[in-house]
Amino acid sequence: MIAYLIRRILYAIPILIGVNLLTFSLFFVVNTADDMARMQLGMKRVTPEAIEKWKQQHGYDKPLLFNAHAEGVSKISDTIFFQKSARMFAFDFGSSNDGRNVAREIQTRMMPSLAIALPTFLIGLLIYITFALLMTLFRATALDMLGVSLCVLLMSISGLFYIIGGQFVASKLWHWVPISGYAGGLDSIKFVLLPVLIGVMGSVGASSRWYRTIFLEEIGKDYVRTARAKGLSELRVLFRHVLKNAMIPILTGVVVVIPLLFMGSLLTESFFGIPGLGSYTIDAINAQDFGVVRAMVFLGSMLYIAGLVLTDISYTIVDPRVRLQ
Amino acid sequence: MKFDSSLNQLRPLPGALPESGRGEFILSVDGLVTRLNNGARVVDDISFSLKQGETFALLGESGCGKSMTALSLMRLLPDGIRVASGDIKLGEEDILALPEYAMRKVRGGQMAMIFQEPGLSLNPVMTVGDQIAEVLILHQRLRGKEIHSRCVELLEQVGISDAPRRASEYPFQLSGGMKQRVMIAMAMAGQPKLLIADEPTTALDVTIQAQVLKLLRDTQQETGMALLLITHDLGVVAQMAHQVGVMYAGQIIEQASREQLFARPAHPYTQKLFAALPDAGRSGQPLAAIPGNVPSLGAPLAACRFAPRCDKAWALCHEQVPEWTQLENGQGVRCHLYTSQMGNEKLNLKTSLSPAPSTASGEGAGEEGRGASFLQVENLQVHFPIRKGILQRTVGHVKAVDGVSMNIPEGRTLALVGESGCGKTTVGKALLQLITPTAGSVRFAGQELIGITAGQLRKHRAGMQMIFQDPYASLNPKMRVAEILQEGMDALSIAKNSDERQRRIDELLEQVGLEKASKWRYPHEFSGGQRQRIAIARVLAVNPNLLICDEPTSALDVSVQAQILNLLKSLQQQLRLSYLFISHNLAVVEYLAHEVYVMYLGRIVERGTVEEVLHAPKHPYTQALLSAVPRIDGQGMKTIRLPGETPSPSHPPQGCHFHTRCAQAMAKCREVYPSETIISTTHRVHCYLAAE
Amino acid sequence: MIYLLLATVLAAALWIRKRPHLVLPWQRVAKGSVGMVSLLLLSLFVLVGLLDTLHYRAALPEKSNGQTVYSAEVLSVFDVLAKGIKSRTEKTYSAPLAAYLYAKESMETSDGKILRDYPRLRYGGAHLVDPQREFLGDVLKRTGIGALEGLLIGVLLIAISNMLFHFFIKFRTVWSSTGREISKDNWISTFTRAMKNKPFKALLITTLLIAMLLGITANLAAVYHVLGTDKVGQDVLYLALKSIRTGLVIGTVTTLVMLPFALLLGIAAGYLRGWVDDVIQYIYTVLSSIPSVLLIAAAVLMMQVYIEMHPEWFETSAARADLRLLFLCLILGVTSWTGLCRLLRGETLKLRELEYIQAAQAFGVSSSRILTRHIVPNVMHIVLIAVVMDFSSLVLAEAVLSYVGVGVDPSTMSFGTLINSARLEMGREPMVWWTLAAAFGFMLVLVLAANLFADAVRDAFDPRLNRT
Repeated sequence: MIAYLIRRILYAIPILIGVNLLTFSLFFVVNTADDMARMQLGMKRVTPEAIEKWKQQHGYDKPLLFNAHAEGVSKISDTIFFQKSARMFAFDFGSSNDGRNVAREIQTRMMPSLAIALPTFLIGLLIYITFALLMTLFRATALDMLGVSLCVLLMSISGLFYIIGGQFVASKLWHWVPISGYAGGLDSIKFVLLPVLIGVMGSVGASSRWYRTIFLEEIGKDYVRTARAKGLSELRVLFRHVLKNAMIPILTGVVVVIPLLFMGSLLTESFFGIPGLGSYTIDAINAQDFGVVRAMVFLGSMLYIAGLVLTDISYTIVDPRVRLQ
Repeated sequence: MKFDSSLNQLRPLPGALPESGRGEFILSVDGLVTRLNNGARVVDDISFSLKQGETFALLGESGCGKSMTALSLMRLLPDGIRVASGDIKLGEEDILALPEYAMRKVRGGQMAMIFQEPGLSLNPVMTVGDQIAEVLILHQRLRGKEIHSRCVELLEQVGISDAPRRASEYPFQLSGGMKQRVMIAMAMAGQPKLLIADEPTTALDVTIQAQVLKLLRDTQQETGMALLLITHDLGVVAQMAHQVGVMYAGQIIEQASREQLFARPAHPYTQKLFAALPDAGRSGQPLAAIPGNVPSLGAPLAACRFAPRCDKAWALCHEQVPEWTQLENGQGVRCHLYTSQMGNEKLNLKTSLSPAPSTASGEGAGEEGRGASFLQVENLQVHFPIRKGILQRTVGHVKAVDGVSMNIPEGRTLALVGESGCGKTTVGKALLQLITPTAGSVRFAGQELIGITAGQLRKHRAGMQMIFQDPYASLNPKMRVAEILQEGMDALSIAKNSDERQRRIDELLEQVGLEKASKWRYPHEFSGGQRQRIAIARVLAVNPNLLICDEPTSALDVSVQAQILNLLKSLQQQLRLSYLFISHNLAVVEYLAHEVYVMYLGRIVERGTVEEVLHAPKHPYTQALLSAVPRIDGQGMKTIRLPGETPSPSHPPQGCHFHTRCAQAMAKCREVYPSETIISTTHRVHCYLAAE
Repeated sequence: MIYLLLATVLAAALWIRKRPHLVLPWQRVAKGSVGMVSLLLLSLFVLVGLLDTLHYRAALPEKSNGQTVYSAEVLSVFDVLAKGIKSRTEKTYSAPLAAYLYAKESMETSDGKILRDYPRLRYGGAHLVDPQREFLGDVLKRTGIGALEGLLIGVLLIAISNMLFHFFIKFRTVWSSTGREISKDNWISTFTRAMKNKPFKALLITTLLIAMLLGITANLAAVYHVLGTDKVGQDVLYLALKSIRTGLVIGTVTTLVMLPFALLLGIAAGYLRGWVDDVIQYIYTVLSSIPSVLLIAAAVLMMQVYIEMHPEWFETSAARADLRLLFLCLILGVTSWTGLCRLLRGETLKLRELEYIQAAQAFGVSSSRILTRHIVPNVMHIVLIAVVMDFSSLVLAEAVLSYVGVGVDPSTMSFGTLINSARLEMGREPMVWWTLAAAFGFMLVLVLAANLFADAVRDAFDPRLNRT
């Protein structure tokens, strides 16, 4: 088992390197640093000197991969790749265009993101699974049909609608909660409530339906028939036998996203004005701040890979076949 | 009648005999009808009853409704199927009238069930002990420590050694036979009055099957429970049943005591079933195959369902459903032969019970061709690496095939026999170079096949072809029959132009007994037997000399199996084909083969002619294998029960591979693998006993 | 390119007709009422999209030295059909069916006074003399007439198609049965027989309902702005209808980009195993480990810079918008092939162990032939299910991406841009809700229809689901 985990973790390393190379080529090879500088300084009639100055300021004035002019180790280290990309392995994300340290910014913005994403995730998981279990229990009845139809309807509605509609109804019409904004401490609850609710609503359709499919697939298996032949009640069969086995496919889809919760949600955060990582990313995209976008891409994929490793660990908990072999 | 002779030879069963009439009826089923939601009858008007300590066997081919009968009793029918009418009484209780919560007390408590696939029937993420404990808590109201100790006790009762440790293991850590033992322990935990066993040994090897059947008999004797045994295997029925109900297309068409049934089967279908069984006595002549296929669900009800396949049917059979008739000796049958005047006359004629005279002399063709052997295999090895650890280093090898040598002469059949996992299929695929052998030599018609390039290999592909086990997986569902047959011809450029190719396709279809028109159809339109015919036609298309048949009939029903065996036999005579026949079914081997090789853990342990190996076996394994096969005539040597199961080929035991399960093992068996002992010019064996 | 696509679909349909095992699942789709109704809705959307795709540049009337001069504006057939609503732009916002503008303006009355009031619309309800009094009656009258007209057209359409169908069947029976008695039923009995068929009934009712709705809309749109106008006075109905094309293009082109990647790489990885498998697995793990929105955002940002660096490439702004749309599809395609690829790899791994593949190998059939003859046909159902399922999520994704600012060009009409521009209007007092409602409404119907159709297709094709 230990060997299995170590192998999974080792496998993550080449993937991280791959991600890094990919983002690097995306950001520096497709468009050269000159292009970016010109972008930032305004399109028309930029003097070459201004470009050089901008590049120097932001550290883009080095060769891409190999610095022939430098000595020794710095032949490799004094390059854009090393300075901008490879350093991200050490969580050194450099600074944004307005000169702030991206790493520190990420640290402070993580908490608000988490305050929204974590409750959304937990409450959502609980509701979706309950909903799916109910549909499974009443499978092939009118209730199940109704549930599935509702799910299809809900998943056909754009996520933007939930946000805009929810914001309008809850804040503007009924004045329950403030439309947007964020505060620390206990105050945060009133700001967090609506985004969480909307977040849960937003994927109730697709998720419940997915879990229902998993449960239905499990319930058709032979061991379920054995459990029923023992005289167990349908509820016990569902909870003791089906749920336990369904955990394996469920975990595959769920554990991966846990680390990504730190990243927050792009849409929710920007609509509700929550100073989290999601809105940070959106602002960076709109301001075309490549340093920040690059950092977020790297951070996102690192968290995703962490999620993959976590998934493997979670298998060892729920699946004895992985644990004992 | 030829069945008369076997009457006296049926061994008495240990359980209560029906004559003794001990106890009340535990289960009585009356007029049970189970339907699909669209109205088709899956189970159609079934009645039978069962006494304490008695075994009732429901015998039938796939799709005849026997499993659905069992699930109807348990009220566990899948969605979309329900009991439409009838009466089920378990003791005093009316099963069909019970509310669901009361039914739950019956399930597992008074009536338990075990299933065909022990591997799938246990919950993979719960320990064996927990799964048994559920029953104990629910039906025995045990609490605390009692649960565990009772659990261990039950596991010991079903013959699982080291029970306390096994109780805390998961199903994947147990072998197939052990899983089925656990299933039985779980069923017995509720101390049921009735145990329903749905094909309990079909997924198991013969030696394990013998163990499990014995366990069921012993348990029955100890507890006095009634057993409803569902099976397709006449041999199992002969060993287990007191009463037998023969099912066909949803109906019980004949019901009798075991002795009566084996002595004088009344229904033409039952008679045909017996006649279709292959064995040595018939190896010269074709088997009495039942033409056609088992009808699909919801076939028209207006007539006898067997009429289209029955050679005794006359007009009445196609018009009227026969009534249930009780014969004088207590045997019941559903057939017009016994109800009408016309039938009586036909019965007295006693026409076609014995199979039609064979068209060609069977043995002759084989005898002549003994000289030239065109497949020579020497020391064939196939090893698969086992990778482990962080870097996936190779830490050992699974020796799937470990030094197999054989010669197949022209026009002869060589059978390769062994239990699952012994490497017999791997041998077949390695000969065809579908799996690259690790070492050894395969010479086909004088040409070495190992190590030559793909292009060179292609030239020899036409000579050697394979027929696979599962006719549902061996034909591409997206191709027409004609396209399937043409594929080999195209790849090996057999026919010159498309006209010739089409002519050849027609010819092939005729040869395997299919209509010409079927070449425009798709595989899903054919039944299992017909698909296997298509698969045979496909390989014949390239004019091979040697066919490797990998369990070609094990997925088929007995009646259809006979058709395919007849076809293979007549093809051999017509085309002078050689067969490498891979099988676990000794009866089939006895019928078809000239020579037999017995394989155990990747090695040949005994080889010789059919007579030598199957009638005078020298190796203890061959002897055990033969004695484990349930025979319908009850004859045979004293039963040798093999303890334990086949060890893993990744860690074969030191010395003779078989010593761990051999009752006669000696000290030297544990040290050095025995070398070959020559018994006769053809008979060789690897065993110290034979050497002495 | 679109014609090519249509031709392929038609050719595929003909090809399938000849193969019963391929027809079977489609017949199963046809037997479900939900599937058929959603298919009808989808085809309506596709029709609008297609009409909108037939581009041309209007030839300007004057000719200079014999050469035809084309106007800079690209028009589509749809634009011509909807010329009425397109050209009738108001000054600014107006509510649905309104006769007055949504903002007060200073007007000079006939007696010379300056008055601040809601001015009459230039086009909406312009035919009314006194809107306050006549409005309701007029709308009701037009609704009634529209409904009737729609109903009439609907019935006519059904009658015609029924006749055609009837004669088709008759024709076929005449052809196939030479001696047999030709069925005596007339076209009315053909119809009543078809009415017993549940999906047909559902289809019929939907057709009539849609026809009525279209009739009403057409009648009202002639003189009103049915869904109001936006900030610059453009008719919202027109905008929403134009957005359909963008949604469809993104859905289909992305799929087209993704398919070859997924199919080739997935099957290659599954069949060839070894290092090919390792490399392909590595590539898709790397790609899928970057959160897709971020990857798309990064790629689109890069593309934006690229385009803006080379403004000289584009003749018109429309061409640039189109190119941007195409690029977006490309990027979406490149980022979304991994899921299907993984599925196909798994399925191929299963298939290659099947006995019919081994039988082919025993004949020495070449790998490429095994792939095309055995593997590809047997994974097609997975591809089809995945494609239909992905379509709706792509339409939804477009809206989100456009909102984030990495979607289509702001000048391209799409649901995303529509929502994005309308979002701020929610804050206005009094609120302007119709643009948003129209965008969400149209999107809901499109996505719902696509989802329901996808479900019907999956139910019919998934081998695990249709055992009984």
